[in-house]
Amino acid sequence: MTTPLIEMKDMSISFGGVHAVDNVSVDLYPGEVVGLLGHNGAGKSTLIKILSGAYKADSGEIRVNGKKVSINSPRDARAHNIETIYQTLALADNLDAASNLFLGRELTTALGFVDDDAMEAETRKIMGRLNPNFAKFSSPVKALSGGQRQSVAIARAVYFNAQTLIMDEPTAALGPHETQMVAELIKELKAQGIGIFLISHDIHDVFSLCDRVAVMKNGKVVGTAKTDDVTDDEVLGMIILGKCPPGATPGPGALNDD
Amino acid sequence: MSDDALSGAKQPTARNFLSALQLDTRLLGMIGAFVVLCLVFNVVTDGRFLTPRNIFNLSIQSVSVAIMATGMVFVIVTRHIDLSVGSLLATVAAIMAVAQTDFLPNVVGLGLGHPLVWILAIVAGIIGGVIIGAFHGWLIGYLGIPAFIVTLGGLLVWRNVAWFITDGQTIGPLDETFTKIGGIGGTLGETWSWVFGIVATLAALGFQVVSRRRKQAHGFPIKPLWAEAVLSALVSGAILGFVWILNSYDIPKARLRRIYEAAGETLPDGFTTGYGVPYSVVLLIVVAIVMTVVSQRTRLGRYIFATGGNPDAAELSGINTRMLTVKIFALMGGLCALAGAVAAARLGFSTNDIGTLDELRVIAAAVIGGTALAGGVGTIYGAILGALIMQSLQSGMAMVGVDAPLQNIVVGTVLVMAVFVDILYRKRVGD
Repeated sequence: MTTPLIEMKDMSISFGGVHAVDNVSVDLYPGEVVGLLGHNGAGKSTLIKILSGAYKADSGEIRVNGKKVSINSPRDARAHNIETIYQTLALADNLDAASNLFLGRELTTALGFVDDDAMEAETRKIMGRLNPNFAKFSSPVKALSGGQRQSVAIARAVYFNAQTLIMDEPTAALGPHETQMVAELIKELKAQGIGIFLISHDIHDVFSLCDRVAVMKNGKVVGTAKTDDVTDDEVLGMIILGKCPPGATPGPGALNDD
Repeated sequence: MSDDALSGAKQPTARNFLSALQLDTRLLGMIGAFVVLCLVFNVVTDGRFLTPRNIFNLSIQSVSVAIMATGMVFVIVTRHIDLSVGSLLATVAAIMAVAQTDFLPNVVGLGLGHPLVWILAIVAGIIGGVIIGAFHGWLIGYLGIPAFIVTLGGLLVWRNVAWFITDGQTIGPLDETFTKIGGIGGTLGETWSWVFGIVATLAALGFQVVSRRRKQAHGFPIKPLWAEAVLSALVSGAILGFVWILNSYDIPKARLRRIYEAAGETLPDGFTTGYGVPYSVVLLIVVAIVMTVVSQRTRLGRYIFATGGNPDAAELSGINTRMLTVKIFALMGGLCALAGAVAAARLGFSTNDIGTLDELRVIAAAVIGGTALAGGVGTIYGAILGALIMQSLQSGMAMVGVDAPLQNIVVGTVLVMAVFVDILYRKRVGD
């Protein structure tokens, strides 16, 4: 078996006595999409923020390509080719697409000044590939539609050669056509060997896109399963009741029937 | 529509004429308001408002507030505020005054009037300003105390630190070279003003050509040539016209005679010469260019605007927003020192009440210039134009003979109206 792209082992973090994430272990292989499911407040987003460097875990270890790493800031995560697309679309509304795409990693001229023209040229190239209809290169992203904004956020991850992509509700704010576009994109990225953590509330999305699911409840993993081995209803049962079906591997958060 | 305008194929109607120039319509509106204001005052004062002499005075009176307003843009863009700039100015002015009248001549032993005194005094002031500003930034960024509170405290603290430094005395007379950056005492003279104007024009034109070439090289849409030509003509006209006006303000005969006598020569008969561009205005122009470059062409500027637009996004993009806050307030402190040097030099003394209420003038200038208190939006040239509009309004009313209380009532009303008009404008353009 190949080494996992990402291994998070026994991760824990608490905020003021609340165990937001409690001994959680998940892993991700290249070219795989793992869905993270659970109620609001189950700890999915917190777990993901540990990986992306926004929070620092109290305990646990993260391995990237089998090597133990410490991720203390978003910069560290990026250094390990982990890119995140946040639920709230971490874009600066007042800047244009190119400035957002390169935010924190601006291209500069020989003298160290920000090279807007070069960044716009690169942005035009990558958007031509991801979303050929995209034309508003000089307006602030505030003027863009939800789908266009999402494609800027995705372009940011793709441009910098992400190996691991974290998508927090990538389609929550989108219309049906735009959702379709994002789904196509996920399939394409997967084919390129990128590993994707997908957080979603949409069971249909999860079954059509994910290879495996990990379900969380109250900060603990209920269980993990291949999407082929479980049904919609069983996964719903895991989310709502914390009941682990026979097709899944139970985790520490599974309800004990005995 | 914009594509048509860009290709320049259609006859230019008024609307796509403007869009082809790609000028900021907001800027045009402000310049329009400024021009109308000047013309009205000119009519009411029987032509005394738009004389070379008054324009010269307006320029040197605006410099101090305008310099600070450029820094205030960054502060407000990142959703902070700085209420302490007037007091900070008083403290650094006191530091500079004591440095040049007491510390450097007596303690260091350079002696009064030593050629190094003025520059060392300014350096001391800038260091003081940067340290105080950085301290404010640290309290705000790292300790999480709101900027409003930190600088409200600073407003009281630094005004009275200035008092302690000077024992409440007015310090002066200041070093003779130092007072030259105040305004009328130090100007480039006619010849050097023209040189300055021509160099500035060439630099502006050169910049235009380079930027057009670069856009062309990337295959981006560019303005039609005639639009570039119109822009070049406008820019050159503005720069050279300004120099011409300042050169037309003649140095009074008696003063000229004194200058010649001091040099041991006699004034030739019928000889006149103009003041030209004041050093303080040159300083403001340099500050404006540097701050514009910082805001548009450096990472620091990009991070300032990104943080103002979405602090969380900036943080998640790996930007150290705390350190950024320290840098912004340190920069503000340094600019207060420059403004303090100009203000003290203009008076020839450092007084206890120097810079009183400047914080409000500076914030008003930035806000009239289009800096949004909600963050993320603001321009350096807007803030400078805002400072000019405020100053023109004030001295125009003084020339007309409006009563002092009424002057402040008008200025206050204009500030509120300007922001309201801006809100309406932004709604209309859907910005």
